[in-house]
Amino acid sequence: MMSTPTSTSQLKLVKNKKKLTVKDIILRILVYAFLITNTVFILFPVLWIIGSSLNPGDSLYSSTMIPKNPTFIHYKELFTKTDYPIWYKNTLKIAFMNMILSTILTTFNAYVFSRFRFKGRKAGLVTILVLQVFPSFLTLTAIYTLLMQLNLLNTHIGLVLFYAGAQIPGNTWLIKGYFDQIPKSLDEAARVDGATNFTTFTKIIMPLAVPIIVFLALTSFIGPWMDFILQSVVLRTADKKTLAMGLMEMVTGQTNTKFTLFAAGAILVAVPITILYAFLQKYIVEGLSSGAVKS
Amino acid sequence: MEDKKKFAWLSYIIMGSAQIMKGEYIKGIFLLLVEILTIVFGIPYFAHGLWGIWTLGVTKYHFNEQGIAVYDHSIFLMLQGLTSIFLILIIIGIYIYNVKDAYRPKQAKKTTLRDKIDRNFHWIFMTPGILAMLFLIVLPIIFTVLVAFTDYSGPYHLPPRNLVRWVGLQNFKEIFGLKIWNQTLSGVFVWTVTWAILATITSFFVGLMWALIVNSSGVKIKKLWRTIFIIPYAVPGLISLLIMRLLFSGPGPINDFVEHLGLQRIGWLTDPHMAKVTLVLINMWLGAPYFMALMTSILTNIPKDLYESSDIDGATAFQKLRHITVPMVLLSTMPLLISSFAYNFNNFMIIYAVTSGGPVNPNYRYAGHTDLLISWIYKMTLNQQQYHMASVVTIMIFLMIAPIVAYTFTRSKSFREEDLI
Repeated sequence: MMSTPTSTSQLKLVKNKKKLTVKDIILRILVYAFLITNTVFILFPVLWIIGSSLNPGDSLYSSTMIPKNPTFIHYKELFTKTDYPIWYKNTLKIAFMNMILSTILTTFNAYVFSRFRFKGRKAGLVTILVLQVFPSFLTLTAIYTLLMQLNLLNTHIGLVLFYAGAQIPGNTWLIKGYFDQIPKSLDEAARVDGATNFTTFTKIIMPLAVPIIVFLALTSFIGPWMDFILQSVVLRTADKKTLAMGLMEMVTGQTNTKFTLFAAGAILVAVPITILYAFLQKYIVEGLSSGAVKS
Repeated sequence: MEDKKKFAWLSYIIMGSAQIMKGEYIKGIFLLLVEILTIVFGIPYFAHGLWGIWTLGVTKYHFNEQGIAVYDHSIFLMLQGLTSIFLILIIIGIYIYNVKDAYRPKQAKKTTLRDKIDRNFHWIFMTPGILAMLFLIVLPIIFTVLVAFTDYSGPYHLPPRNLVRWVGLQNFKEIFGLKIWNQTLSGVFVWTVTWAILATITSFFVGLMWALIVNSSGVKIKKLWRTIFIIPYAVPGLISLLIMRLLFSGPGPINDFVEHLGLQRIGWLTDPHMAKVTLVLINMWLGAPYFMALMTSILTNIPKDLYESSDIDGATAFQKLRHITVPMVLLSTMPLLISSFAYNFNNFMIIYAVTSGGPVNPNYRYAGHTDLLISWIYKMTLNQQQYHMASVVTIMIFLMIAPIVAYTFTRSKSFREEDLI
């Protein structure tokens, strides 16, 4: 007569609130033991890196999770002894440019496909659908050659152009789907009042689509922080380097001597992004679920 | 009005002339400008480009009498050829519009510029996006496909020192026919598929298990557990992966612990088999939270009476899990599982950040034991300059992934509401 934890304990709670059977107690102990061990596994890497960043030495061998004499020296060294500030500045710059360009390109396209009926519209939508199937970063050689021809190799603009271009197909569908749910009667009312298409877009559609636009802006802002492939192809010199490239090198280099520095650098990246996620959670959930698949 | 139509034929020769006659000056001048630019700059560029993509250049790298290097750069020529084809198509489009427009009677009403812009609003608004897609997505894809039919590779077929040639299907024959290529391809392919399946299934079931246990009514402070279990999702992926690389490294803390227990240090990332297991474990850490978050809402949507009636029938906990919970959850997450499979199939980041494809496999060409197709392509492109083979494998990935993505996409909400097919 045993059942899932759910219904058993429910039944038991109703039947006899005071007395728990031995079986129940064992079950509970097992459940909590499971939760606690899993918590340990989940938190260990996170706590370890925090602890490591406070360790005085700089090698992987000597660092301990709970440092004996904690120090912030590595955080200071990041700014005095490495190019970390440059990487941070470059990454922020790329992220902002990508956020703006991606949002503009995609919302414009989505608005047109959502609101206008013109020749070639369906063909356009199908083409976009087909394009989003191809992982565009597979075309590395072409991107490299193209940028070389345009003299945009080793520039942040060149990188952003490709980021912003690559996200158009998938996100156009996502945003268009959201725009479609905004009643057309609102646009028509605005048109009657003499609004142009552009003012309808900025005054009616945009304000009503804030959640999905925030989601789009957030994802295009976060993307460049974690991408490594395209950056390593396009950016060549030290002054153009980004956080992803810099941190990667600290760890994958032949000598792991910069290990504690990496820990500090990783934390300074992870903390703002995690906080950003936490604050904008509402939009992320909404964005994910509107893009999610209906079964 | 009829008078003016007599001049319409002029537009066949001089673009925009009819429009200017009609008094539509801005449009007319724009069209005229397109024609002038095409003749002056376009035709020489296009001619060279088309010749270039056909021949891929004929002049070998050499020094002329003045000691200046003279050469045709095959890859640049190919790109110029492609760009030319794109631009020619666009110009043909404008030309057709021009002729059609010439025969259209002039608008009776005088319109302001503001109205004109508003009427053509959708074209103006879409142009940047369309151009971006055309030149940043379509062009590179076609370029990549074309490279698969050339011998573009180091060390003997690299411009500008050498010319690149069209070789037809030779690369495809080689990759299937030559033992070293064939061996690498099949080995990497089998691991890629195994990896994609294992990675997806393990994180799915761990996520399900977490969701089931956290949501069971015996557990107090659910919110705390849920927050803890979602943490790996919030930490930026690359950072977590690099941390894992260090954790599992030879002198890393996990091996310290193993040694502490009196055991031998384990080659988590250096032993071919162990490295694969470690990757799946790491992926579980990263991926399970996503599935747990998804499951939580799905679980609450399973009708309660299903459990109640099975209670009456005397079903055990395991039976209920197996016959009710898992099938119900699978049903509603199937499309997500498939897209997760497609994602893991191309999960370059985890491989590159944790093992860099290692340990080395002497039986493979340019690939290690844990390399996926995608990281193999990356290595061939960036480290080995085997662009031709990289393109061949890229085409294969396209062909394998496209149906999967297309399938999931046709089930998405935004697609269904559009009613395209």
